[in-house]
Amino acid sequence: MNAPRKDKDDEALLDVCHLPTFAFGQRSPMWWGTMGLVAIESTVFALSIMSYFYLRSHADTWPMARFPPDLIWGTLNTAVILLSMIPNHFAKRAAEKLDLKQVRLWMVVCMLSSIAFLAVRVLEFGALNVHWDSNAYGSAVWMLMGLHTTHLITDAYDSLVLTVLMFTGPLEGKRFVDVSENAGYWYFVVLSWIPIYAVIYWGARI
Amino acid sequence: MSMAKSPAPPRLAPQDAAQLHQTWSDPPGLVGWFSAINHKTISMRFMVTTFVFFVMGGLLALAIRTQLAQPDGKTVGPDMYNQLFTMHGSTMMFLFAVPVMQAVATYLVPLMIGARSVAFPRMNAFAYWIFTLGGIMLFIAFLVGSGPDAGWFAYVPLSLLQFSPGKRVDIWAQMITFTEMAGLMEAIVLITTILKMRAPGMTLNRMPLFVWTILATSFMVLFSMPAVMLASTALITDRLVGTQFYNPLKGGDALLWQHLFWFFGHPEVYMIFIPPLGFISTIIATFSRRPVVGYPAMVLAVIATAFLAFGLWVHHMFATNLPELGKTFFTAASLMIAIPTAIQIFCWIATLWTGRLDLRTPLLFVLAFFVILVIGGLTGLMLASVSLDTQLHDSFFVVAHLHYVLMGGAVFPLFGAFYYWFPKFTGRMLGETLGKWNFWLFFIGFNLTFFPMHVLGLQGMPRRVYTYPSEMGWGSLNFLATIGAFMMALSVLLFIVNVVHSRRRGAVAGDDPWGAGTLEWSVASPPPPANFEMVPVVHARDPLWSAQKLPSHVSGLANDYREILVTSVADADLDHRLWLPASSIWPFLTALATTVLFIGSVFTPWAVVWAMVPVAIGATFWFWPKKDIVEQRTGSERSPLEVES
Amino acid sequence: MRVRARALLGGLSWVPGVAAAVPLQDALHAYGIQAAHIGRLWNFTLGLCTLVFGAIFVAFLWALWRAPRGRAGETAPDMASLARPERRLHRAVGLATGIATLGLLLLLAADVFTSRALARLPLGNAVNIELIGHEWWWEARYHHADPARDFVTANELHIPVGRAVVVTLRSNDVIHTLWVPNLHGKRDMIPGRTSTLQLRADHAGTYRGQCAEFCGLEHAKMAMLVEAEPDAAYEAWAARQRQAAAPPATAQALRGRAIFETSNCASCHTVEGTAAHGKAAPDLTHLAGRTTLAAGILPNDGAHLAAWILDPQSHKQGVYMPATTIKPDDLQALVTYLGTLK
Repeated sequence: MNAPRKDKDDEALLDVCHLPTFAFGQRSPMWWGTMGLVAIESTVFALSIMSYFYLRSHADTWPMARFPPDLIWGTLNTAVILLSMIPNHFAKRAAEKLDLKQVRLWMVVCMLSSIAFLAVRVLEFGALNVHWDSNAYGSAVWMLMGLHTTHLITDAYDSLVLTVLMFTGPLEGKRFVDVSENAGYWYFVVLSWIPIYAVIYWGARI
Repeated sequence: MSMAKSPAPPRLAPQDAAQLHQTWSDPPGLVGWFSAINHKTISMRFMVTTFVFFVMGGLLALAIRTQLAQPDGKTVGPDMYNQLFTMHGSTMMFLFAVPVMQAVATYLVPLMIGARSVAFPRMNAFAYWIFTLGGIMLFIAFLVGSGPDAGWFAYVPLSLLQFSPGKRVDIWAQMITFTEMAGLMEAIVLITTILKMRAPGMTLNRMPLFVWTILATSFMVLFSMPAVMLASTALITDRLVGTQFYNPLKGGDALLWQHLFWFFGHPEVYMIFIPPLGFISTIIATFSRRPVVGYPAMVLAVIATAFLAFGLWVHHMFATNLPELGKTFFTAASLMIAIPTAIQIFCWIATLWTGRLDLRTPLLFVLAFFVILVIGGLTGLMLASVSLDTQLHDSFFVVAHLHYVLMGGAVFPLFGAFYYWFPKFTGRMLGETLGKWNFWLFFIGFNLTFFPMHVLGLQGMPRRVYTYPSEMGWGSLNFLATIGAFMMALSVLLFIVNVVHSRRRGAVAGDDPWGAGTLEWSVASPPPPANFEMVPVVHARDPLWSAQKLPSHVSGLANDYREILVTSVADADLDHRLWLPASSIWPFLTALATTVLFIGSVFTPWAVVWAMVPVAIGATFWFWPKKDIVEQRTGSERSPLEVES
Repeated sequence: MRVRARALLGGLSWVPGVAAAVPLQDALHAYGIQAAHIGRLWNFTLGLCTLVFGAIFVAFLWALWRAPRGRAGETAPDMASLARPERRLHRAVGLATGIATLGLLLLLAADVFTSRALARLPLGNAVNIELIGHEWWWEARYHHADPARDFVTANELHIPVGRAVVVTLRSNDVIHTLWVPNLHGKRDMIPGRTSTLQLRADHAGTYRGQCAEFCGLEHAKMAMLVEAEPDAAYEAWAARQRQAAAPPATAQALRGRAIFETSNCASCHTVEGTAAHGKAAPDLTHLAGRTTLAAGILPNDGAHLAAWILDPQSHKQGVYMPATTIKPDDLQALVTYLGTLK
C-alpha cells in the first residue's frame, strides 16, 4: 500500500485501502465471466435440443435406428456425474473459507470422479446404437453427446490445472475465488447433463 | 446554468503518477507489441483492423457495381461474382459491423464509467487476435481462388458438399467460428466491465446512454451468436464427416439451417444497430448542449428493442412453406419493434428542438440517420408484411432496404463517432472542411447508389445475379448506382486522407474540445495508460456538466500493480479491489494455436484432437501465475473474511 | 373474369424502363388477381409510409431550422431539464408514438386483409402444374384428374386466362424460387418440401419470371416465360403437348433424329415417341414451340440452337450440358430435327 496522501481536503477523497483484494460469488468479476459462459453454453444446448425435436417433428419414424440408445451406461454415468457434485460442493465451501488443505483434498476427489465419468462416457458413445452419419437422428444424438463431452473434457482439464496449482503454488487469495467459480461451472456441466440425458436416452422412447 | 466552477481536482504526487503510468504501459519491443493487453492499445488495433476490413468490403462492392453497371457485364464471370458478393456480405457482417462496435466500446466504456481497464484484459486481447486471424484466413482463401461463394448466409443444400465442392464453404463456416468466438468473449468482457467496474456513485441510472446500448448489445450477443455457431458447426460436420442435419433424404431439413441462421441473423442486425443509437445519443447531447430528452424512455427503448429483436427471425423466411398463421405473428412482431425506435427518434428530435445546435461534422453524420435510417425503417415495415414481402423478398428492393438501415443506422453514426472521438484517441482534431466534404460525398453517393435499387426491385430485378439482359431495361438505374458507389469510395478515401493528415498536423485537441459531459473527456487526449490518475466518484449523469460534489475521487488504489476497483451492480457501491494481470504473450500464442486447430479441422476432423494440445498448453501458461509477482503482492492482500462489511 | 391491368404507381413511369418494358417482369403492373391484391397493399403502404416520412422529415428540419446555434466546447450546457421535468416534450413524444403505433396497426390490418384475399382465390376448374426446380432450369409437369392427360414440358408455361392455376413447387437439388411478379409474389422451392402457389392471369400476355433464390453459378440465367392465353388456345396447346413427337418428314430430319437418339442427347433428354428417355435435362418433345432456349436466355432459332448445342458453356458457364464435338452437317441435321418438334 502506498504512503498516505498529504492532501489538504481529505473529504474530497474516498479511500479504498480498507477494501478486500478479492471476493466470492456475484461480487467477483470472475463469477460474471463464468455466468456469461454459462449463458452461452446453455443457449447452445437449448438450441441443440430444439433442433433434435425439430427434426423429430418432421420425421415419420423416430428414432431413425433399430434401437434408441441403451440405458445402462448413460444412466450409470448420470449417477456418477450427479455424485460428483458432492466433492464439488465441499471444494467450493472449502475455498470460500480459504481452507487450503480441504480444497486440495476435495479437488483431488473431483478429479477422480472426472476420470470415472469420462471413462463411462466412452462406453456411452459405444451404446448409442446409431452412427452420426446414418441419418439426421444419429447426427442430432452425436451432436448433443459431443457438445456435452467437450464440456466435460474442458472442465476436467481446467479443474486439473487448478488442482495442480493448489499443490504447487504460487497461491494468492483470488485463486480460491477461481476454485469457487470453477466449482460453479462444474455445477453447470453436471446440471446441463440432465436435460441432455433426458433427450438422448428418453427422447426416442416417449 | 453555467458550467460549475470546480476546484482543481486532487492529483497524485508526480512520482506516484509516473509509477502508475509505468505500471499500466505496454511493454516495449517486438515481443512487447504482441504481449500488450492495455484495453486502449487492443482497441485501437481492433478499430484499425475492422476499418481495413470495411475498406476491403467496399472494394469488393466496387467490383460488384462495376460488373452490374451495364447489362451483360463482362468484368467478372459468374464464379468470381458469386465469390465477390459472398465475400462482401461476409466481410461487412462478420468482420466489420459488429466487431467495430465492440472495438469502439472496449476503448470508450472503461473511460466513460471511470474504470482503469476492461475486465479480463488478456481475454480481450485474445479475442482481438482470434478475430484478426480468422479474417486473414478468409481473405487468403479468397486470394488463392478458394473464396466462399454460397452467399454470406450460405443456405443449404447449396452450401453442402454435393453442390459446393472443395473447401470454400468450409473456410466460410470456420471464419464464423473465429469471429463468433471473438464476439462472445468481447460480450463477456463488456458485460462484466459495465456491471462490476463502474466508478463509485455511477448507479445504473447515471450510466451514459452509450454504455446502456453496449450492455444490451452484449447480452444479445450471448444469446444469438451460439445459434450461428451451432448452425455452422453442423454444416462443417455435414460436409466433413457426413452428418445429415440438412439432408432431407436422410431426415434432415433445409429449413433447420434457415431457422438457426436467422435466429442469429436477425438479432445480429440489431446488434449492429443498437450501439450506434448510443453514438447518436452522445453526439446529439454534446452538439445540442443539453442532455437527451427522456433518459428512462431511451433506456427502456433500447432494452425493448434488444428483446423484441429475438422474435422476428421468421420474416426472413416468408417465401417458404411455413404455416401462414405463424408468419403473421412475425409480421406483427416486426411491426411492433418499430415502436421503441420511434420513441428514440422522437426523443432525439425533441432534444434537437430544444438545444443550441453546433452543425459540425460529427453531428452531420448523425443527422443523416434521421433521413436514411427512417427510410430504411419504413421499407422494413413494407417487408414486414408477408404479402408485400412475397414480391419484394430476394429482389434489389431488399438490397436497398438493408443498406439504408445498416448504413443509415450504423455506418453514418459510426463515422460521426470517429469524428467525435478521434480527438480523444489521438489528441488531434480531424479537419472540419475535409470532414464536410467527406460527409456530403458520402450522403449523396449513398442515396445515388441505393435509392434506385428500390425501383429496380419493384421492376423485377432479383438479387445475387451476376448479370442481367439488356432488354429488361435495368441498365440506366444500375449505371447510376455504380456512379454513386464510386462517389462513396471517394468519400472514404477523403476520410482516410483526413485521418492520416490530422494524426500529425491536426489542431491539438486538449482534454475536452467539445465541452462534453461524460467522463472520458476529463482525462488527457489521448488518455494515459491507467485512464484516470485517480478514479472519479460520480454524483450525476453527465458528470462533467454537473456541479462538483465531494468526495470527488478515490484514493488508496495501488500504483505499482494493476489494481482496479470493483463496485456493486446496481448502485456502484464500493466492493473490493482486484489485481489485474500484466502484459503477456500467451493470449497471442494461444490464439495462434487456436487458429491452427480451426484451420486444421477444415481439412481433417483429427485436427481437433491433436491441435487441442498446443491450445491447452497456451491456455495453461496464460493462466499460470508468476511466482515473483504473487509473492510481491501477497503481503498487501486483504481477505474478504477479515473484512465483515 | 377479367381484371383490367392498371399501371400501379404510375408516378414511376418517368423512370426509364418502367413503362411497357418488353419482356414483362415487374411487380408494379398486375396482370393477375393475386398481383393486383398485393399491388393495392403496396399502394396503401407506400402512401402511409410516405406520409410518415414526410411528417418526421418536416419535424426534423423544423427542429434544425428553429433551434438557436451554439458551439460545442464554448456554449455552456443547458441542465435545466434535471431540475424541471419537460412535460410538454414528453407529451409530444408520447403523442407521436401513439400515432405511430396506430399506423403500425393499420399496416398489420392491411396485411391480414391482403393475406385473406390471396388465400380466397376460387380454385374451380384449376390447372395443376407441378414445377420442379433444377440447377438452372424448370421442369413442369401438368397434372390432370385423368392421368392419361398429364404431360411434361420445361422452362415455358402456358396458362389459360381467367382460370386458376395451382402450382405445386418442388426442387430436385438446391433451393430455387418461382417469381413471376406480374402475376403473383414468389414462393420457395425447397428440396424435401412441397409448397403451393395459387394464381390466375386475368389478361393475355407473356410474363417473364426468374429464379429468386441464389442457387449457384447460373442463378442469374434461370428465367422462364409464362404465356397466358384464352382458354381455347390454351387447351389447343395442351392437346399438342400431350402428343408424342411427330415422326420426321424429311430425310435430313430423320438423320437428325437418329443422331439425337444415338449420341449423348438421349442420356439426359426425353423426346416422347423416340428412344430418348433421359430425365436429367429438360423435356424436348415440343422444343420448337418455345420462344426461348436454356431457361429463357437465348432466342429459339436455328443459329442459337446450333451454337448452344456446340458449346453450352460459352452461353451459360457451368451448366451441366457438356460441349459436343459434332460435325457441322450432323449439327445441321440435328437442328433441323429439333425444329420439327412443335
